[in-house]
Amino acid sequence: MTNSPGQRGEADAEANEETAPPARAIIAGHAGFADGLVSAVEQIAGTGSVFVPLSNSGLTSENIEERFRAAALANHVRVFFTDLPAGSATLAVRRLMRKDPRLILVTGANLATLLEFVFHAEEDPVEAARRAAEKGRASLVSHGGT
Amino acid sequence: MAVVLYRIDDRLIHGQVVVGWGQPLDIDFIVLVDDNVATCDWEQDLYRMGVPPEMELVFADVAEGVRRHASFVADKRRGIVLTPDIETMRRFVAGVGTVKEVNVGGIHHRAGRSPKLRYVFLAPAEEVELRALIDTGVKVTAQDVPAARAVSMSEVLGARAEGTGK
Repeated sequence: MTNSPGQRGEADAEANEETAPPARAIIAGHAGFADGLVSAVEQIAGTGSVFVPLSNSGLTSENIEERFRAAALANHVRVFFTDLPAGSATLAVRRLMRKDPRLILVTGANLATLLEFVFHAEEDPVEAARRAAEKGRASLVSHGGT
Repeated sequence: MAVVLYRIDDRLIHGQVVVGWGQPLDIDFIVLVDDNVATCDWEQDLYRMGVPPEMELVFADVAEGVRRHASFVADKRRGIVLTPDIETMRRFVAGVGTVKEVNVGGIHHRAGRSPKLRYVFLAPAEEVELRALIDTGVKVTAQDVPAARAVSMSEVLGARAEGTGK
């Protein structure tokens, strides 16, 4: 289930207080894209809480932008990972970046991208996002078919 | 083949349009008809970043869109005309006079709108605009993606009116 724009629920926070790392970035995209990736990160690294998943489903462009802005503020994060470079989530973040140039956006995010980020989430976010993008790009390989 | 789709979509350039429709329809150009975007360089740059380099993106206000429509239709490439709302499309269609079909692709929820379909929410004034468009003889269907079934907006509005006693 995709989170509401606010901070993570209190019950979740209490349950994971001692073990779950804090949010470091937002994953945003179509339908259940973000939920699925967070679930995969959690299964592999146990650090899904590093990400706040958001969906663009059923929202106008203005509402997407407002939802993302509220989530970034509530969770004190400035890194966004989105799906399509031309998607409405990406366009919403770009609009936010116009107002706040400190925000960082990585488009075309995949699981390799996010795993790289979680293992360097304590670093400078600009550098962590750059490394994550490189890792994700390198993971796209086509095999076979000869 | 020229203009193969006239679409109302409040998100304008986004995944459903560029990829969802753009690829199966083999689209070469998109005409974005929006009075606001037509006057804003920053918004235009934003939308240009959202289309692949081989796809041309044309920005026009309604008047310019109407004026240039014949050239879009005569273009040997395939294109989409896109408006952000019903009112803009209605004005465009009235100005052009030859549009036969309009696709409602996405009018999402916000205050004052009520649900008609999963991806179509209309305020009362928008419903009036849509009925006016339909009354001109244009076939208006809702269809968010090509694989979905096209739904007649006449039937949607008619069924709602009967169901609500209006």
